Amino acid sequence: MRSERTPLPLALAAGAGLLFLLGPLLLIFVYAFTTEERSFAWPPPGLTLRWFAVAWERPDVWAALFLSLKVAAVSTLLALVLGTLVAAAVSRTRFFGRETISLLVILPIALPGIVTGIALRSAFGMMEIPFSFWTIVLGHATFCIVVVYNNAVARFRRLSGSLVEASMDLGADGFQTFRHIILPNIGSALLAGGMLAFALSFDEVIVTTFTAGQQQTLPLWMLEELIRPRQRPVTNVVAMVVVLVTFLPILAAFFLTRDGGETAGVGK
Amino acid sequence: MTRPPRRPGGSLADALWRRPGLLAALLLALPVLWLVVVYLGSLAALLVQSFYALDDFSGLVVEEFTLATYAQLFTAANLAIIQRTVLMAAAVTLASAVVAFPIAYVAARYARGWRKAAFYLAVMLPLWSSYLVKVYAWKLILAKEGILTWAFAKVGLTPLLEAVLAIPGIGGNSLSVSYIGTFLVFLYVWLPYMILPMQAALERVPTNLLDASADLGARPGETFRHVILPLALPGVVAGSIFTFSLTLGDYIIPQIVGSSRLFIGQAVYTQQGTAGNVPLAAAFTMVPIAIMGLYLWGAKRAGAFDAL
Repeated sequence: MRSERTPLPLALAAGAGLLFLLGPLLLIFVYAFTTEERSFAWPPPGLTLRWFAVAWERPDVWAALFLSLKVAAVSTLLALVLGTLVAAAVSRTRFFGRETISLLVILPIALPGIVTGIALRSAFGMMEIPFSFWTIVLGHATFCIVVVYNNAVARFRRLSGSLVEASMDLGADGFQTFRHIILPNIGSALLAGGMLAFALSFDEVIVTTFTAGQQQTLPLWMLEELIRPRQRPVTNVVAMVVVLVTFLPILAAFFLTRDGGETAGVGK
Repeated sequence: MTRPPRRPGGSLADALWRRPGLLAALLLALPVLWLVVVYLGSLAALLVQSFYALDDFSGLVVEEFTLATYAQLFTAANLAIIQRTVLMAAAVTLASAVVAFPIAYVAARYARGWRKAAFYLAVMLPLWSSYLVKVYAWKLILAKEGILTWAFAKVGLTPLLEAVLAIPGIGGNSLSVSYIGTFLVFLYVWLPYMILPMQAALERVPTNLLDASADLGARPGETFRHVILPLALPGVVAGSIFTFSLTLGDYIIPQIVGSSRLFIGQAVYTQQGTAGNVPLAAAFTMVPIAIMGLYLWGAKRAGAFDAL
Protein backbone atom coordinates (compact mmCIF):
# COMPACT_ATOMS: atom_id res chain seq x y z
CA MET A 1 0.00 0.00 0.00
CA ARG A 2 1.34 3.42 -0.84
CA SER A 3 0.93 6.16 1.75
CA GLU A 4 -1.75 8.78 1.10
CA ARG A 5 0.57 11.63 2.10
CA THR A 6 1.62 13.90 -0.73
CA PRO A 7 5.30 13.28 -1.60
CA LEU A 8 7.34 16.36 -0.70
CA PRO A 9 8.76 17.23 -4.16
CA LEU A 10 5.26 17.01 -5.64
CA ALA A 11 3.81 19.17 -2.86
CA LEU A 12 6.55 21.77 -3.39
CA ALA A 13 5.99 21.84 -7.15
CA ALA A 14 2.23 22.20 -6.69
CA GLY A 15 2.74 24.92 -4.07
CA ALA A 16 5.06 26.84 -6.37
CA GLY A 17 2.47 26.49 -9.12
CA LEU A 18 -0.28 27.88 -6.91
CA LEU A 19 1.94 30.79 -5.88
CA PHE A 20 2.54 31.49 -9.57
CA LEU A 21 -1.24 31.47 -10.13
CA LEU A 22 -2.30 33.66 -7.21
CA GLY A 23 0.72 35.89 -6.50
CA PRO A 24 0.17 38.29 -9.42
CA LEU A 25 -3.45 38.88 -8.36
CA LEU A 26 -2.38 39.70 -4.80
CA LEU A 27 0.18 42.16 -6.17
CA ILE A 28 -2.66 44.15 -7.78
CA PHE A 29 -4.09 44.78 -4.32
CA VAL A 30 -0.79 46.23 -3.05
CA TYR A 31 -0.28 48.50 -6.04
CA ALA A 32 -3.74 50.09 -5.61
CA PHE A 33 -2.43 51.74 -2.41
CA THR A 34 1.02 52.86 -3.60
CA THR A 35 2.02 56.54 -3.41
CA GLU A 36 4.23 56.15 -6.49
CA GLU A 37 2.72 57.87 -9.55
CA ARG A 38 5.16 57.58 -12.39
CA SER A 39 6.61 54.09 -12.29
CA PHE A 40 5.84 50.54 -11.18
CA ALA A 41 8.50 50.74 -8.44
CA TRP A 42 8.68 47.89 -5.93
CA PRO A 43 8.57 48.02 -2.95
CA PRO A 44 5.99 50.84 -2.87
CA PRO A 45 7.56 53.95 -1.27
CA GLY A 46 4.41 54.59 0.79
CA LEU A 47 0.76 53.64 1.10
CA THR A 48 -2.23 55.94 0.52
CA LEU A 49 -5.99 55.83 -0.04
CA ARG A 50 -5.88 58.96 -2.19
CA TRP A 51 -6.22 57.20 -5.55
CA PHE A 52 -9.58 55.71 -4.62
CA ALA A 53 -10.97 59.25 -4.31
CA VAL A 54 -9.33 60.32 -7.59
CA ALA A 55 -10.72 57.28 -9.42
CA TRP A 56 -14.17 57.94 -7.93
CA GLU A 57 -14.22 61.42 -9.51
CA ARG A 58 -13.38 60.22 -13.03
CA PRO A 59 -16.41 60.46 -15.37
CA ASP A 60 -14.69 58.40 -18.11
CA VAL A 61 -14.28 55.46 -15.71
CA TRP A 62 -17.95 55.65 -14.70
CA ALA A 63 -19.16 55.88 -18.31
CA ALA A 64 -17.06 52.85 -19.30
CA LEU A 65 -18.25 50.93 -16.26
CA PHE A 66 -21.93 51.60 -16.99
CA LEU A 67 -21.58 50.63 -20.65
CA SER A 68 -19.89 47.36 -19.60
CA LEU A 69 -22.61 46.59 -17.07
CA LYS A 70 -25.35 47.31 -19.61
CA VAL A 71 -23.74 45.17 -22.31
CA ALA A 72 -23.13 42.33 -19.84
CA ALA A 73 -26.71 42.43 -18.55
CA VAL A 74 -28.36 42.37 -21.99
CA SER A 75 -25.94 39.75 -23.39
CA THR A 76 -26.48 37.53 -20.35
CA LEU A 77 -30.27 37.72 -20.75
CA LEU A 78 -30.05 36.79 -24.45
CA ALA A 79 -27.58 34.01 -23.73
CA LEU A 80 -29.81 32.64 -20.95
CA VAL A 81 -32.77 32.31 -23.31
CA LEU A 82 -30.79 30.89 -26.25
CA GLY A 83 -28.54 28.64 -24.16
CA THR A 84 -31.44 27.14 -22.20
CA LEU A 85 -33.37 26.41 -25.40
CA VAL A 86 -30.43 24.53 -26.93
CA ALA A 87 -29.74 22.66 -23.69
CA ALA A 88 -33.40 21.60 -23.42
CA ALA A 89 -33.46 20.34 -27.00
CA VAL A 90 -30.12 18.56 -26.87
CA SER A 91 -30.67 16.81 -23.54
CA ARG A 92 -34.31 15.74 -23.92
CA THR A 93 -34.37 14.42 -27.43
CA ARG A 94 -32.09 12.56 -29.77
CA PHE A 95 -32.12 13.81 -33.29
CA PHE A 96 -30.02 13.90 -36.37
CA GLY A 97 -27.26 16.49 -36.16
CA ARG A 98 -27.24 16.69 -32.39
CA GLU A 99 -23.44 16.61 -32.29
CA THR A 100 -23.30 19.34 -34.91
CA ILE A 101 -25.47 21.58 -32.74
CA SER A 102 -23.15 21.08 -29.76
CA LEU A 103 -20.17 21.91 -31.94
CA LEU A 104 -21.93 25.00 -33.29
CA VAL A 105 -22.53 26.28 -29.75
CA ILE A 106 -18.93 25.64 -28.66
CA LEU A 107 -17.31 27.02 -31.82
CA PRO A 108 -17.42 30.75 -30.89
CA ILE A 109 -15.34 30.01 -27.81
CA ALA A 110 -13.12 27.30 -29.33
CA LEU A 111 -11.85 29.46 -32.16
CA PRO A 112 -9.51 32.32 -31.15
CA GLY A 113 -11.40 35.48 -30.14
CA ILE A 114 -9.77 37.42 -32.91
CA VAL A 115 -11.49 35.18 -35.46
CA THR A 116 -14.92 35.90 -33.97
CA GLY A 117 -14.04 39.58 -33.73
CA ILE A 118 -12.85 40.13 -37.26
CA ALA A 119 -15.56 37.88 -38.68
CA LEU A 120 -18.26 40.00 -37.03
CA ARG A 121 -16.49 43.16 -38.11
CA SER A 122 -16.26 42.16 -41.73
CA ALA A 123 -19.91 41.08 -41.66
CA PHE A 124 -20.94 44.47 -40.22
CA GLY A 125 -18.80 46.13 -42.87
CA MET A 126 -20.31 44.15 -45.74
CA MET A 127 -23.86 44.82 -44.56
CA GLU A 128 -23.05 48.43 -43.67
CA ILE A 129 -24.29 48.12 -40.08
CA PRO A 130 -22.93 51.05 -38.03
CA PHE A 131 -21.25 50.28 -34.70
CA SER A 132 -23.61 50.64 -31.75
CA PHE A 133 -24.49 49.19 -28.37
CA TRP A 134 -26.18 46.33 -30.21
CA THR A 135 -23.14 45.36 -32.27
CA ILE A 136 -21.25 44.80 -28.99
CA VAL A 137 -24.17 42.80 -27.56
CA LEU A 138 -24.42 40.67 -30.71
CA GLY A 139 -20.84 39.48 -30.29
CA HIS A 140 -21.01 38.99 -26.54
CA ALA A 141 -24.29 37.05 -26.54
CA THR A 142 -22.86 34.69 -29.18
CA PHE A 143 -19.95 33.51 -27.05
CA CYS A 144 -21.94 33.63 -23.77
CA ILE A 145 -24.44 31.02 -25.04
CA VAL A 146 -21.93 28.23 -24.47
CA VAL A 147 -21.46 29.06 -20.77
CA VAL A 148 -25.21 28.94 -20.06
CA TYR A 149 -25.54 25.84 -22.25
CA ASN A 150 -22.78 23.96 -20.38
CA ASN A 151 -24.40 24.60 -17.01
CA ALA A 152 -27.97 23.99 -18.13
CA VAL A 153 -27.28 20.80 -20.11
CA ALA A 154 -25.73 19.09 -17.09
CA ARG A 155 -28.78 19.88 -14.97
CA PHE A 156 -31.29 18.90 -17.67
CA ARG A 157 -29.65 15.48 -17.88
CA ARG A 158 -30.30 14.92 -14.18
CA LEU A 159 -33.88 16.19 -14.36
CA SER A 160 -35.97 13.05 -14.54
CA GLY A 161 -38.33 12.86 -17.49
CA SER A 162 -40.98 11.19 -15.32
CA LEU A 163 -41.36 14.44 -13.31
CA VAL A 164 -42.43 16.23 -16.47
CA GLU A 165 -44.69 13.34 -17.47
CA ALA A 166 -46.32 13.33 -14.04
CA SER A 167 -46.97 17.05 -14.27
CA MET A 168 -48.60 16.68 -17.69
CA ASP A 169 -50.63 13.64 -16.55
CA LEU A 170 -52.02 15.76 -13.72
CA GLY A 171 -53.34 18.19 -16.28
CA ALA A 172 -50.70 20.90 -16.37
CA ASP A 173 -50.06 22.40 -19.77
CA GLY A 174 -46.61 23.06 -21.18
CA PHE A 175 -46.22 26.49 -19.65
CA GLN A 176 -47.37 25.37 -16.19
CA THR A 177 -44.97 22.45 -16.33
CA PHE A 178 -42.16 24.79 -17.32
CA ARG A 179 -43.05 27.30 -14.60
CA HIS A 180 -43.59 24.87 -11.71
CA ILE A 181 -41.46 21.82 -12.54
CA ILE A 182 -38.65 22.61 -14.95
CA LEU A 183 -37.69 26.13 -13.84
CA PRO A 184 -37.30 25.34 -10.09
CA ASN A 185 -35.13 22.35 -11.04
CA ILE A 186 -32.79 24.14 -13.40
CA GLY A 187 -32.94 27.52 -11.60
CA SER A 188 -29.65 27.40 -9.73
CA ALA A 189 -27.79 26.05 -12.78
CA LEU A 190 -29.17 28.96 -14.83
CA LEU A 191 -28.18 31.40 -12.11
CA ALA A 192 -24.64 30.00 -12.07
CA GLY A 193 -24.45 29.99 -15.88
CA GLY A 194 -25.85 33.50 -16.00
CA MET A 195 -23.30 34.82 -13.54
CA LEU A 196 -20.44 33.23 -15.43
CA ALA A 197 -21.79 34.65 -18.69
CA PHE A 198 -21.99 38.05 -17.03
CA ALA A 199 -18.38 37.80 -15.83
CA LEU A 200 -17.26 36.65 -19.28
CA SER A 201 -18.99 39.54 -21.05
CA PHE A 202 -17.93 42.11 -18.44
CA ASP A 203 -14.30 41.16 -19.03
CA GLU A 204 -14.26 40.60 -22.79
CA VAL A 205 -11.84 42.73 -24.78
CA ILE A 206 -10.67 40.92 -27.94
CA VAL A 207 -14.02 40.62 -29.71
CA THR A 208 -15.13 43.99 -28.34
CA THR A 209 -12.26 45.90 -29.96
CA PHE A 210 -13.72 44.86 -33.31
CA THR A 211 -17.37 45.54 -32.58
CA ALA A 212 -17.33 48.69 -30.40
CA GLY A 213 -16.26 51.39 -32.83
CA GLN A 214 -15.72 54.55 -30.78
CA GLN A 215 -17.50 53.28 -27.66
CA GLN A 216 -15.47 52.41 -24.60
CA THR A 217 -16.28 49.50 -22.30
CA LEU A 218 -14.28 49.13 -19.09
CA PRO A 219 -11.86 46.57 -20.57
CA LEU A 220 -11.31 48.85 -23.56
CA TRP A 221 -10.58 51.69 -21.13
CA MET A 222 -8.01 49.45 -19.38
CA LEU A 223 -6.47 48.47 -22.69
CA GLU A 224 -6.05 52.13 -23.62
CA GLU A 225 -4.30 52.73 -20.29
CA LEU A 226 -2.09 49.69 -20.81
CA ILE A 227 -0.92 50.81 -24.22
CA ARG A 228 -0.62 54.52 -23.45
CA PRO A 229 -0.44 54.89 -19.65
CA ARG A 230 -1.69 58.30 -18.56
CA GLN A 231 -2.88 57.74 -15.01
CA ARG A 232 -1.15 54.72 -13.52
CA PRO A 233 -2.56 55.11 -9.98
CA VAL A 234 -6.16 55.28 -11.30
CA THR A 235 -5.50 52.18 -13.41
CA ASN A 236 -4.19 50.39 -10.31
CA VAL A 237 -7.40 51.17 -8.42
CA VAL A 238 -9.66 50.17 -11.33
CA ALA A 239 -7.70 46.90 -11.71
CA MET A 240 -8.25 46.06 -8.05
CA VAL A 241 -11.97 46.85 -8.22
CA VAL A 242 -12.34 44.70 -11.36
CA VAL A 243 -10.66 41.76 -9.59
CA LEU A 244 -13.06 42.11 -6.65
CA VAL A 245 -16.12 42.45 -8.91
CA THR A 246 -15.27 39.27 -10.86
CA PHE A 247 -14.39 37.26 -7.73
CA LEU A 248 -17.86 37.60 -6.24
CA PRO A 249 -19.86 35.95 -9.08
CA ILE A 250 -17.24 33.18 -9.33
CA LEU A 251 -17.48 32.40 -5.62
CA ALA A 252 -21.29 32.53 -5.80
CA ALA A 253 -21.38 30.25 -8.86
CA PHE A 254 -19.01 27.87 -7.12
CA PHE A 255 -21.21 27.52 -4.06
CA LEU A 256 -24.38 27.23 -6.16
CA THR A 257 -23.13 24.30 -8.24
CA ARG A 258 -20.84 22.69 -5.66
CA ASP A 259 -23.37 20.08 -4.53
CA GLY A 260 -24.48 19.25 -8.05
CA GLY A 261 -21.11 17.81 -8.99
CA GLU A 262 -20.94 19.71 -12.24
CA THR A 263 -18.17 22.24 -12.35
CA ALA A 264 -19.32 25.68 -13.30
CA GLY A 265 -17.05 27.65 -15.55
CA VAL A 266 -14.78 24.86 -16.65
CA GLY A 267 -15.81 25.53 -20.21
CA LYS A 268 -14.88 29.21 -20.21
CA MET B 1 -65.72 12.99 -11.17
CA THR B 2 -65.31 15.76 -13.69
CA ARG B 3 -62.36 16.26 -15.92
CA PRO B 4 -60.37 19.39 -15.14
CA PRO B 5 -61.09 22.06 -17.77
CA ARG B 6 -58.57 21.97 -20.59
CA ARG B 7 -56.47 25.05 -20.96
CA PRO B 8 -55.89 26.31 -24.47
CA GLY B 9 -52.19 25.43 -24.26
CA GLY B 10 -53.01 21.86 -23.26
CA SER B 11 -53.58 20.31 -26.62
CA LEU B 12 -50.49 22.03 -27.95
CA ALA B 13 -48.43 20.66 -25.05
CA ASP B 14 -49.81 17.16 -25.69
CA ALA B 15 -49.01 17.38 -29.36
CA LEU B 16 -45.45 18.45 -28.61
CA TRP B 17 -45.02 15.69 -26.03
CA ARG B 18 -46.05 13.07 -28.57
CA ARG B 19 -43.72 14.45 -31.20
CA PRO B 20 -40.36 15.16 -29.55
CA GLY B 21 -38.80 15.92 -32.93
CA LEU B 22 -41.17 18.84 -33.41
CA LEU B 23 -40.46 20.03 -29.88
CA ALA B 24 -36.71 19.92 -30.50
CA ALA B 25 -37.13 21.81 -33.75
CA LEU B 26 -39.16 24.52 -32.03
CA LEU B 27 -36.67 24.81 -29.18
CA LEU B 28 -33.72 24.96 -31.53
CA ALA B 29 -35.17 27.34 -34.11
CA LEU B 30 -34.20 30.57 -32.38
CA PRO B 31 -30.71 29.71 -31.06
CA VAL B 32 -29.66 27.93 -34.24
CA LEU B 33 -30.93 30.81 -36.35
CA TRP B 34 -28.86 33.17 -34.16
CA LEU B 35 -25.68 31.08 -34.37
CA VAL B 36 -26.01 30.40 -38.08
CA VAL B 37 -26.83 33.98 -39.05
CA VAL B 38 -24.60 35.87 -36.63
CA TYR B 39 -21.69 33.49 -36.26
CA LEU B 40 -21.45 31.26 -39.32
CA GLY B 41 -22.65 34.17 -41.45
CA SER B 42 -19.80 36.29 -40.16
CA LEU B 43 -17.27 33.52 -40.73
CA ALA B 44 -18.55 33.19 -44.30
CA ALA B 45 -18.20 36.94 -44.79
CA LEU B 46 -14.64 36.65 -43.54
CA LEU B 47 -13.84 33.81 -45.93
CA VAL B 48 -15.27 35.79 -48.85
CA GLN B 49 -13.22 38.85 -47.89
CA SER B 50 -9.99 36.84 -47.98
CA PHE B 51 -10.52 36.22 -51.69
CA TYR B 52 -10.77 39.96 -52.41
CA ALA B 53 -7.72 42.16 -52.71
CA LEU B 54 -6.69 45.69 -51.88
CA ASP B 55 -6.09 47.99 -54.84
CA ASP B 56 -2.64 49.47 -54.21
CA PHE B 57 -3.41 52.78 -55.88
CA SER B 58 -6.85 53.66 -54.56
CA GLY B 59 -6.45 51.86 -51.22
CA LEU B 60 -9.94 50.42 -51.70
CA VAL B 61 -10.98 46.78 -51.57
CA VAL B 62 -11.73 45.36 -55.02
CA GLU B 63 -14.62 42.94 -54.68
CA GLU B 64 -13.52 40.40 -57.26
CA PHE B 65 -12.33 36.84 -56.75
CA THR B 66 -8.55 36.66 -56.64
CA LEU B 67 -5.81 34.65 -54.98
CA ALA B 68 -3.48 37.66 -54.86
CA THR B 69 -4.09 38.21 -51.16
CA TYR B 70 -3.06 34.64 -50.33
CA ALA B 71 0.06 35.11 -52.46
CA GLN B 72 0.82 38.15 -50.33
CA LEU B 73 0.32 36.05 -47.20
CA PHE B 74 3.10 33.66 -48.21
CA THR B 75 5.83 36.28 -48.51
CA ALA B 76 8.89 35.94 -46.28
CA ALA B 77 7.91 38.67 -43.81
CA ASN B 78 4.46 37.23 -43.22
CA LEU B 79 5.74 33.66 -43.01
CA ALA B 80 8.16 34.83 -40.30
CA ILE B 81 5.17 36.16 -38.33
CA ILE B 82 3.36 32.83 -38.67
CA GLN B 83 6.45 30.85 -37.69
CA ARG B 84 7.10 33.06 -34.64
CA THR B 85 3.51 32.68 -33.44
CA VAL B 86 3.40 28.92 -33.90
CA LEU B 87 6.74 28.49 -32.07
CA MET B 88 5.48 30.63 -29.18
CA ALA B 89 2.21 28.67 -29.02
CA ALA B 90 4.14 25.39 -28.94
CA ALA B 91 6.52 26.63 -26.22
CA VAL B 92 3.63 27.94 -24.10
CA THR B 93 1.75 24.66 -24.51
CA LEU B 94 4.73 22.51 -23.48
CA ALA B 95 5.59 24.71 -20.51
CA SER B 96 2.01 24.86 -19.25
CA ALA B 97 1.78 21.04 -19.40
CA VAL B 98 4.91 20.83 -17.22
CA VAL B 99 3.78 23.49 -14.71
CA ALA B 100 0.18 22.24 -14.62
CA PHE B 101 0.99 18.60 -13.94
CA PRO B 102 1.97 18.80 -10.23
CA ILE B 103 -1.03 21.03 -9.44
CA ALA B 104 -3.47 18.80 -11.33
CA TYR B 105 -1.98 15.62 -9.88
CA VAL B 106 -2.04 16.76 -6.25
CA ALA B 107 -5.56 18.16 -6.69
CA ALA B 108 -6.82 14.93 -8.30
CA ARG B 109 -4.97 12.38 -6.20
CA TYR B 110 -4.25 13.74 -2.72
CA ALA B 111 -6.45 16.77 -1.97
CA ARG B 112 -9.67 15.99 -0.07
CA GLY B 113 -12.38 18.07 1.59
CA TRP B 114 -11.61 21.77 2.00
CA ARG B 115 -8.22 21.33 0.37
CA LYS B 116 -9.91 20.11 -2.80
CA ALA B 117 -12.21 23.18 -2.78
CA ALA B 118 -9.18 25.43 -2.16
CA PHE B 119 -7.33 23.91 -5.12
CA TYR B 120 -10.40 24.34 -7.29
CA LEU B 121 -10.85 28.00 -6.33
CA ALA B 122 -7.11 28.69 -6.68
CA VAL B 123 -7.43 27.64 -10.33
CA MET B 124 -10.85 29.21 -10.97
CA LEU B 125 -10.08 32.66 -9.59
CA PRO B 126 -7.15 33.34 -11.94
CA LEU B 127 -9.10 31.70 -14.80
CA TRP B 128 -12.04 34.04 -14.37
CA SER B 129 -10.30 37.24 -13.29
CA SER B 130 -10.13 39.93 -15.87
CA TYR B 131 -7.74 39.07 -18.66
CA LEU B 132 -6.44 42.64 -18.87
CA VAL B 133 -5.90 42.86 -15.13
CA LYS B 134 -3.78 39.71 -15.33
CA VAL B 135 -1.72 41.19 -18.15
CA TYR B 136 -1.45 44.42 -16.17
CA ALA B 137 -0.24 42.52 -13.09
CA TRP B 138 2.57 41.07 -15.20
CA LYS B 139 3.47 44.49 -16.53
CA LEU B 140 3.96 45.47 -12.88
CA ILE B 141 5.99 42.32 -12.17
CA LEU B 142 8.23 42.45 -15.22
CA ALA B 143 8.91 46.22 -15.19
CA LYS B 144 12.58 47.16 -14.86
CA GLU B 145 11.84 48.78 -11.49
CA GLY B 146 9.39 46.00 -10.55
CA ILE B 147 9.29 43.20 -8.03
CA LEU B 148 11.18 40.60 -10.06
CA THR B 149 14.26 42.78 -10.56
CA TRP B 150 14.06 43.65 -6.87
CA ALA B 151 13.82 39.98 -5.86
CA PHE B 152 16.79 39.02 -8.04
CA ALA B 153 18.83 41.84 -6.43
CA LYS B 154 17.79 40.76 -2.91
CA VAL B 155 19.13 37.24 -3.35
CA GLY B 156 22.18 38.46 -5.26
CA LEU B 157 21.23 36.92 -8.59
CA THR B 158 21.17 40.14 -10.64
CA PRO B 159 24.04 38.87 -12.86
CA LEU B 160 21.95 35.81 -13.72
CA LEU B 161 19.00 37.99 -14.78
CA GLU B 162 21.33 40.15 -16.86
CA ALA B 163 22.89 37.07 -18.47
CA VAL B 164 19.43 35.75 -19.41
CA LEU B 165 18.42 39.13 -20.84
CA ALA B 166 21.63 39.24 -22.86
CA ILE B 167 20.69 36.06 -24.79
CA PRO B 168 20.19 37.23 -28.37
CA GLY B 169 16.76 36.62 -29.85
CA ILE B 170 14.77 35.97 -26.69
CA GLY B 171 16.38 38.59 -24.40
CA GLY B 172 15.99 42.35 -24.42
CA ASN B 173 16.47 45.56 -22.51
CA SER B 174 14.22 44.41 -19.67
CA LEU B 175 11.92 41.44 -19.14
CA SER B 176 8.88 43.48 -20.17
CA VAL B 177 10.26 44.05 -23.68
CA SER B 178 11.61 40.53 -24.27
CA TYR B 179 10.15 37.30 -25.65
CA ILE B 180 10.77 35.74 -22.23
CA GLY B 181 8.31 38.27 -20.81
CA THR B 182 5.73 37.53 -23.51
CA PHE B 183 6.17 33.82 -22.87
CA LEU B 184 5.70 34.20 -19.10
CA VAL B 185 2.49 36.21 -19.50
CA PHE B 186 1.07 33.70 -22.02
CA LEU B 187 1.99 30.86 -19.67
CA TYR B 188 0.30 32.58 -16.74
CA VAL B 189 -2.86 33.58 -18.54
CA TRP B 190 -3.54 30.19 -20.18
CA LEU B 191 -2.25 27.87 -17.43
CA PRO B 192 -5.69 27.23 -15.80
CA TYR B 193 -7.00 26.00 -19.17
CA MET B 194 -4.38 23.25 -19.01
CA ILE B 195 -4.87 22.39 -15.32
CA LEU B 196 -8.63 21.75 -15.47
CA PRO B 197 -8.81 19.10 -18.24
CA MET B 198 -5.59 17.52 -16.96
CA GLN B 199 -7.09 17.20 -13.48
CA ALA B 200 -10.29 15.74 -14.96
CA ALA B 201 -8.25 13.10 -16.80
CA LEU B 202 -6.08 12.30 -13.77
CA GLU B 203 -9.13 11.85 -11.56
CA ARG B 204 -10.22 9.02 -13.83
CA VAL B 205 -6.94 7.09 -13.43
CA PRO B 206 -7.86 4.12 -11.19
CA THR B 207 -5.61 4.00 -8.13
CA ASN B 208 -5.40 0.22 -8.21
CA LEU B 209 -3.47 0.51 -11.47
CA LEU B 210 -0.86 2.59 -9.63
CA ASP B 211 -0.79 0.03 -6.83
CA ALA B 212 -0.41 -2.80 -9.32
CA SER B 213 2.43 -1.01 -11.04
CA ALA B 214 4.22 -0.48 -7.71
CA ASP B 215 3.58 -4.09 -6.66
CA LEU B 216 5.15 -5.31 -9.87
CA GLY B 217 8.29 -3.44 -8.90
CA ALA B 218 8.05 -0.26 -10.93
CA ARG B 219 9.80 2.78 -9.49
CA PRO B 220 7.66 5.97 -9.28
CA GLY B 221 9.31 7.32 -12.43
CA GLU B 222 8.44 4.17 -14.35
CA THR B 223 4.85 4.21 -13.08
CA PHE B 224 4.61 7.81 -14.23
CA ARG B 225 5.96 7.04 -17.69
CA HIS B 226 4.11 3.81 -18.38
CA VAL B 227 0.83 4.22 -16.46
CA ILE B 228 -0.03 7.80 -15.49
CA LEU B 229 1.19 9.63 -18.58
CA PRO B 230 -0.61 7.46 -21.19
CA LEU B 231 -3.85 7.66 -19.21
CA ALA B 232 -3.55 11.42 -18.63
CA LEU B 233 -2.62 12.15 -22.24
CA PRO B 234 -6.17 12.88 -23.49
CA GLY B 235 -6.43 15.53 -20.77
CA VAL B 236 -3.13 17.06 -21.80
CA VAL B 237 -4.22 17.13 -25.43
CA ALA B 238 -7.55 18.71 -24.45
CA GLY B 239 -5.74 21.39 -22.44
CA SER B 240 -3.28 21.99 -25.25
CA ILE B 241 -6.18 22.80 -27.58
CA PHE B 242 -6.89 25.82 -25.41
CA THR B 243 -3.32 26.92 -24.73
CA PHE B 244 -2.37 26.53 -28.39
CA SER B 245 -5.47 28.15 -29.86
CA LEU B 246 -5.53 31.03 -27.40
CA THR B 247 -1.86 31.83 -27.97
CA LEU B 248 -2.29 31.69 -31.75
CA GLY B 249 -5.08 34.24 -31.75
CA ASP B 250 -3.97 36.64 -29.04
CA TYR B 251 -2.86 40.09 -30.08
CA ILE B 252 -2.96 42.01 -26.81
CA ILE B 253 -0.26 40.28 -24.76
CA PRO B 254 2.55 40.61 -27.34
CA GLN B 255 1.51 44.22 -27.88
CA ILE B 256 1.83 45.11 -24.18
CA VAL B 257 4.65 42.83 -23.05
CA GLY B 258 7.28 41.94 -25.60
CA SER B 259 9.46 43.11 -28.45
CA SER B 260 8.00 45.03 -31.34
CA ARG B 261 8.02 42.06 -33.73
CA LEU B 262 4.50 41.04 -34.72
CA PHE B 263 2.45 37.93 -33.93
CA ILE B 264 -0.44 36.69 -36.12
CA GLY B 265 -3.08 38.41 -34.00
CA GLN B 266 -1.28 41.75 -34.16
CA ALA B 267 -0.85 41.37 -37.93
CA VAL B 268 -4.61 40.80 -38.29
CA TYR B 269 -5.36 43.78 -36.10
CA THR B 270 -3.06 46.24 -37.87
CA GLN B 271 -4.08 45.01 -41.34
CA GLN B 272 -7.77 45.57 -40.68
CA GLY B 273 -7.26 48.74 -38.67
CA THR B 274 -4.54 51.21 -39.61
CA ALA B 275 -3.60 49.54 -42.91
CA GLY B 276 -7.25 49.15 -43.96
CA ASN B 277 -6.40 45.89 -45.73
CA VAL B 278 -9.32 43.75 -44.59
CA PRO B 279 -8.66 41.02 -47.23
CA LEU B 280 -5.12 40.41 -45.95
CA ALA B 281 -6.39 40.46 -42.35
CA ALA B 282 -9.00 37.88 -43.33
CA ALA B 283 -6.38 35.73 -45.07
CA PHE B 284 -4.19 35.93 -41.96
CA THR B 285 -7.12 34.75 -39.84
CA MET B 286 -7.43 31.65 -41.99
CA VAL B 287 -4.00 30.53 -40.70
CA PRO B 288 -5.07 29.93 -37.06
CA ILE B 289 -8.37 28.48 -38.29
CA ALA B 290 -6.52 26.02 -40.54
CA ILE B 291 -3.97 25.14 -37.85
CA MET B 292 -6.69 24.66 -35.24
CA GLY B 293 -8.74 22.59 -37.69
CA LEU B 294 -5.81 20.20 -38.15
CA TYR B 295 -5.10 20.25 -34.43
CA LEU B 296 -8.70 19.47 -33.48
CA TRP B 297 -8.80 16.66 -36.03
CA GLY B 298 -5.66 15.15 -34.51
CA ALA B 299 -6.97 15.69 -30.97
CA LYS B 300 -10.21 13.96 -31.82
CA ARG B 301 -8.28 10.94 -33.06
CA ALA B 302 -6.34 10.94 -29.75
CA GLY B 303 -9.66 10.81 -27.88
CA ALA B 304 -9.18 14.21 -26.25
CA PHE B 305 -12.81 15.26 -26.47
CA ASP B 306 -13.88 12.69 -23.89
CA ALA B 307 -11.70 14.53 -21.38
CA LEU B 308 -13.24 17.96 -21.93
